[in-house]
Amino acid sequence: MARLHLPHSLTARVLSAVMLILILGGCLVALSIWANGRLAARQAYDRLLLGAANDIAESVRIQDGEPFVDLPVSAFQLLAQAPDDRIFYAVQVPGGPFITGLDRDTVIEVPQQPGTAPFYFTADLNGESARFVRVARLFAEREFSGEVEVLVGQTLRARQMMTAGLMRDALLPMAVAGVLLLIMSWFVTRSALRPLEALSDDLTRRDPHDLTPMASDGLPRELQVMLTAMNRFMGRLDRQVDTMRNLIADTAHQLRTPVAAIRVQAEIAQDDPEPPARARALDRLLRRTRSLGTLLDQLLSRAMVIHRIDSAPRRPVDLREVALDVLEQSDHELVAPGVEVRLEIGETPVLVNADAFSLGEAAKNLLGNALRHGDPPVSIGATQEGNSAILWVRDHGPGPATPIADHIGDRFNRTTRSGEDSSGLGLSIVKSTAEAFDGTVEMARDETGFRAALSFPATRGIE
Amino acid sequence: MIRILLFCLMFALPGTLSAQEATASFGGGDDPMLIRSTTDIAIIAPVLERFVELNPDLVITYEQWGSNALFQHSRTVCKGGKTPADVVFSSAIQQMVWLVNSACAHRYRSSRTEALPDARRWRDELWGITTEPAVIAYNKELLEDQHIPRNRFALLDAMRTQPDLLRGRVATYDIAASGLGYLFAYGDSLEATTFGSLIEGFARIDAVATCCSSEIIRDVAEGRFLIAYNVLGSYVANADAPGVGVILPEDYTLVLSRALMIPAQARNKDAATGFLDFLLSPEAQNLLAASGLVAPMDATETGLTPSARRFIALSPALLVARDQNRRAELFKLWNDAFDVETAR
Repeated sequence: MARLHLPHSLTARVLSAVMLILILGGCLVALSIWANGRLAARQAYDRLLLGAANDIAESVRIQDGEPFVDLPVSAFQLLAQAPDDRIFYAVQVPGGPFITGLDRDTVIEVPQQPGTAPFYFTADLNGESARFVRVARLFAEREFSGEVEVLVGQTLRARQMMTAGLMRDALLPMAVAGVLLLIMSWFVTRSALRPLEALSDDLTRRDPHDLTPMASDGLPRELQVMLTAMNRFMGRLDRQVDTMRNLIADTAHQLRTPVAAIRVQAEIAQDDPEPPARARALDRLLRRTRSLGTLLDQLLSRAMVIHRIDSAPRRPVDLREVALDVLEQSDHELVAPGVEVRLEIGETPVLVNADAFSLGEAAKNLLGNALRHGDPPVSIGATQEGNSAILWVRDHGPGPATPIADHIGDRFNRTTRSGEDSSGLGLSIVKSTAEAFDGTVEMARDETGFRAALSFPATRGIE
Repeated sequence: MIRILLFCLMFALPGTLSAQEATASFGGGDDPMLIRSTTDIAIIAPVLERFVELNPDLVITYEQWGSNALFQHSRTVCKGGKTPADVVFSSAIQQMVWLVNSACAHRYRSSRTEALPDARRWRDELWGITTEPAVIAYNKELLEDQHIPRNRFALLDAMRTQPDLLRGRVATYDIAASGLGYLFAYGDSLEATTFGSLIEGFARIDAVATCCSSEIIRDVAEGRFLIAYNVLGSYVANADAPGVGVILPEDYTLVLSRALMIPAQARNKDAATGFLDFLLSPEAQNLLAASGLVAPMDATETGLTPSARRFIALSPALLVARDQNRRAELFKLWNDAFDVETAR
């Protein structure tokens, strides 16, 4: 199958489509005009034919027992309305004697038709196609009784000329209108496509590093949709570039202090000849190294979470499973060995639309905080409260001081209590996760302890 | 250079199929061309001579026919018998219309034919080439001025008031023998109610119906007839008879244009169309005017009001004239009135 080759310019495409429509429409209209014109010409000249035939039939009289025609000139003047057409006429008794006519030798085959009503037919007249009418007149005289048949025929030249004239009169304005429409559609197309041109000009001129949103004011709705999508895409790109930049800066910033500390401890261990002092330095070195590992884990985890927030598809996640997974990974035993962690989950799934990995990381951080800063026993769980699906961690301590709670999630929000093995990144992960999935971080304190929770809009499960 | 062979064959019986009355040959070329017409050779000769002068490779055979004979012959030719002519023209235009209506003619268009008025052109197959009025001719010496009929009413009055003067001395065409005479009578029967009275008047004074324009005019000039009704003006102009006066009837004057057609079977159509274009050229029209075949018909020349000039148009309405019932009726009326003068 040959593929229609479409021109590349949108204007050319629209114009060729318009032209195609105009031509097709024009053909259809021309066809209908031709059919109508033909019908009109046929009816007009058929009436003349019938009028002439009736005139002649009227003039038939019975004279000395024979039909006699006093041929009326008016009938022929009527027929001469088609001035260039040849005429045939005959008056005869059907199957009987010829009364009068143009030429006794020219015989026209009359189709058989019942009744005496006038009827039209088309036949050949001396080598030219012609239209005929047959009119019958009935006589019931003493001397003559029966039917007299009048045949009148005429060639088709006047009809064809009338059809052609009607066609010409109708087609000429139509052709002019078609050309005007084409010109108009050119202008309309150009003006409709002008915003698109302006947009592409804008894009071409733009700085390659400029990822700020483009102005969509005054643009057609269709283009605004496109532009919004593009702006969203640029925004995501911008955020990711930012994230990357932050990650690199954070990593460098975060690693500088511990690495310097490790170097100092290592130098002390190397320089101090005293075995107890050396053992102490080595012990500090080990702790610093472990803390550095945790820091790296958190940095990676945060980068991963922020990356996934923008890119990972959202799926229904059961918060109970998230809580279970966190518990089973048993990372808490490294942070606080010997502390018992309880799992509190119900029978029904608690579903949210989110990314399981990010939720897991956030939960891990909340649990880590509770173990590190709170008092045992610590419990983790997922519940549905109204329209909110909640993933929570609870301990029996007093919770953080209010100012800290207000600033949670800011990067490097380190306090005196956070100590050397905390980077303050944990709550930042929690906050980012909550915001990414339309949720909030809730901190609540009561007489029995402190609860940190991630609250999301609940999703109905997909059965 | 002109060889005129005259065979003046009288019409012994009306409607008899006769061959041509006379033949003439023009030009000395190799390309033969055959013209058949009702026009007298002497009248048309100057035009033909000029035409062969312009087309030296042609040799034209011109046959002069009686109108009815020419019609019957052309009809036979149309049905595939006999030798076709290249050009046929006749003053009995109703017969020509009939032939064209029966698809016997060849189509042709040129700027000259398109310049003709509608009344002188039909289907681009039939063209009117002359302008000739039907006139009343009279003998100037024998008819006193106050008796000259300026119109048909005057003629009717004259026939009523002076039957003895006019008895046997009014002539007109025999409509059975002459297609032109029939056409004029038919035209009269359509134009006015005077026709009936005229026929009655003719019957009362024993008018003579006879044949052939030139004979009628000769007899008027010689005083045998005082008045000739409905003779073709061109023949009077050509007869060179100073004693014959011409009246264009003031009530109405029929004007005829000889009709020319090129038979569909014509063998030399190029010569025929060339001849047609030549006839319509100003030069040929002047030649025809000199022969009296193109009469000036404006009001200043003729003194006729526009409504009195009745041009017999080339139109399918003329088919009625050829209708056999109509003819029978007209003949009946005519024959009741006339003591038809046959062989003279």
